[in-house]
Amino acid sequence: MPLILTDDQIMIRDSADGFFKDEAPVSQHRSLRDSNNPIGFSRDVWARMAEMGFAGVLVPESHGGADMGHVAAGIIMEAMGKNLSAAPMLSTAVLGATALKQGTPEQQARYLPLIAQGAHLFALAADEAARHKPNHVATTATPSGNGFKLNGTKGFVLDGAAADTLIVAARTGGEVGDTAGITLFLVNPKSDGVTVDRRSMVDSRGAARVTLADVQVDGADVLGDVGNGFATLEKMLDAGRACLAAEMLGVSGTAFAMTVDYLKQREQFGSKIGSFQALQHRAAHLFCEVELARSATLKALQALDEGSDRAPMYVSLAKAKAGEVAILASNEGVQMHGGIGMTDEYDIGFFMKRARAAQETFGDAAFHSDRIARTLGY
Amino acid sequence: MADLAAADLDAFRAETRAWLEANCPADMREPIRGDDDVCWGGRNCQFKSEGQRLWLERMGAKGWTVPEWPAAYGGGGLSREQAKVLAEEMRRIKARSPLSSFGIWMLGPALLKYGNEAQKLEHLPRIARGEIRWCQGYSEPGAGSDLASLRTSAEDKGDHYLVNGSKVWTSYADKADWIFCLVRTDAQAPKHLGISFLLFDMASEGVSTSPIKLISGSSPFCQTFFDNVQVPKANLMGQPGKGWDIAKYLLTHERDMIGGSDSTGGGQRDSVSNIAKRLIGLDAAILADTSLRTDIARHEINALAFSLTMERTLAEAKQGQGTGALSSMLKYYGTELNKERMQLLMSIRGSDGLTWEGEEKGDGDLARSWLRSRANSIEGGTSEVQLNIIAKRVLDLPGA
Repeated sequence: MPLILTDDQIMIRDSADGFFKDEAPVSQHRSLRDSNNPIGFSRDVWARMAEMGFAGVLVPESHGGADMGHVAAGIIMEAMGKNLSAAPMLSTAVLGATALKQGTPEQQARYLPLIAQGAHLFALAADEAARHKPNHVATTATPSGNGFKLNGTKGFVLDGAAADTLIVAARTGGEVGDTAGITLFLVNPKSDGVTVDRRSMVDSRGAARVTLADVQVDGADVLGDVGNGFATLEKMLDAGRACLAAEMLGVSGTAFAMTVDYLKQREQFGSKIGSFQALQHRAAHLFCEVELARSATLKALQALDEGSDRAPMYVSLAKAKAGEVAILASNEGVQMHGGIGMTDEYDIGFFMKRARAAQETFGDAAFHSDRIARTLGY
Repeated sequence: MADLAAADLDAFRAETRAWLEANCPADMREPIRGDDDVCWGGRNCQFKSEGQRLWLERMGAKGWTVPEWPAAYGGGGLSREQAKVLAEEMRRIKARSPLSSFGIWMLGPALLKYGNEAQKLEHLPRIARGEIRWCQGYSEPGAGSDLASLRTSAEDKGDHYLVNGSKVWTSYADKADWIFCLVRTDAQAPKHLGISFLLFDMASEGVSTSPIKLISGSSPFCQTFFDNVQVPKANLMGQPGKGWDIAKYLLTHERDMIGGSDSTGGGQRDSVSNIAKRLIGLDAAILADTSLRTDIARHEINALAFSLTMERTLAEAKQGQGTGALSSMLKYYGTELNKERMQLLMSIRGSDGLTWEGEEKGDGDLARSWLRSRANSIEGGTSEVQLNIIAKRVLDLPGA
């Protein structure tokens, strides 16, 4: 597959760019933040995203989805990154759909159409350590009645406060740190023993801390095979990481464009500051870095669509590179804006905040560099 | 139609495979071990082996040294798809490139675009067959990054130009047969507009060369002097005063060549991490030097993302989306990466990498390659010049 968007994908890009620019621009992000919105996104926007087919981008047509693939999902996420649009796209349309496609026929028939309709929200409750480490699962699932009892605490559950179903990784065997012995469960957050505490995050998105105290789930709530949940978890995470790379590419793109615009307007010492070579070279370098992030991200999304064995490696490449570049682009953006870049009134700071949060989500550049090195045998 | 084209391509592959099997000498299928394994052709070419001579002769006769050039100019006349098949089939038997040539990489594309029919017929077939070796007369002692300030003059004497001045960093000028040279034909015009593009024989009276010894110990570059050299007017390429356009076009090709290549002489390169694994070893499946491992991983991420960017920009160019400034990006980033690679290899080797001369064959190669790589971000326009170009042409920043 050539490393370029197809004509269909270019159409999706154009429609996604237009949609988020009109329906969920940065000003909406600001008003969600200012109103201290409890879920961190607009349900109206999510409903319209479902109408556009975005919610069902990874849902098979047989379950009412648009089934457009990961490249399309990434294109949508990039457009969201450009506009800092908040929506449960990652938690539900990407992670939820990827998880449920591994479910039983009954689970698929029940949940996948709801995902495509935008009528049911998911949240992944996996991370326990502050630094992402997906095999670090101490939450236990012990046999009880026809099912299991869950006990443990999950941090950084994205969209946890809005979710209708939590996808919980718990240990049915093995030791903390083992990949074997992890099982995924579909948990209703209204069940007895589930506490969801919303945390206010630096990027104003919704993340929650979820505590599970003797939560009873039955056998039908197990997603995939008991003890073999890690493979599904990795599939979900890799789809999520590639889409986060795409979102960060969008964040970088807007931060960079705002900065270049500012360099052309702001005058100091009697000249546009964009005529100073010290700033020109940094901007030109950043241009190159964004181009590299774009290539890596497209490759990862294509590799997921192809089901390539090398997809995890390319996903880590994209997440590492796009993460590093988003941090660079937003840092440089604030610095080159000077004092105004530090003000809340000006938008560039929002991009720095979102870049930081997206970078930390599902492994930062250091995590993914290490994963690439291991994949390449060093 | 598509099936027919595919069938034609399969037939072409079969013919090509058979021809290569029959005609590529055994020693031309071995890896290139050093600079002297590379064939540059030319009047005074010293072939290292009979195989090398035969390989150039046979490939040149078929036009396969320049597969996509028109057959009328000594090329293979192949379509892009056929050229790709040829490259694949050559890789399959590990065939060496028969000819390295600035004529092919740099002058040829400019001649095809800007040369007149007589010039194309005179020069392109000789380039294709490796009969004439070319050098590039661009930089001058007083005109490096500011190339357009060049002062070598070509005075109009009616039927000829009289060329005076000197060029520097002329690669292999002492071995070249002809030079393509930027000269000033109009001293009064603004600096970019007084430049013309001349082709002339290095055997002309008044041309002399003097090699420059580099920090790597080798002398691939010369200073070249012109003392009242008479050049026939027919050797002017393009219009008088329009040489700068040709120069820029040609530099784009040069940048693609430098940015996409490395200084190890071609062929498949081993990855930095593979070399590190061999020389440093693993400890519980992790490179035994964990700090270096972090640096290597970071480098390999950038190298991978860069090669994907080459792939993407190529795919975009095929759809007509490419721009000249992308070659500045590839040149800038590719050469910076190659320098980083050489520095990492030096770190991996530690004090062993410092050997300059030793008893083993290959001793000193790494140190020399490392030193050679430092020129990558200077030659063909420095990294800083590339960043200037991106700032101006892509970002449209003021006053750049």
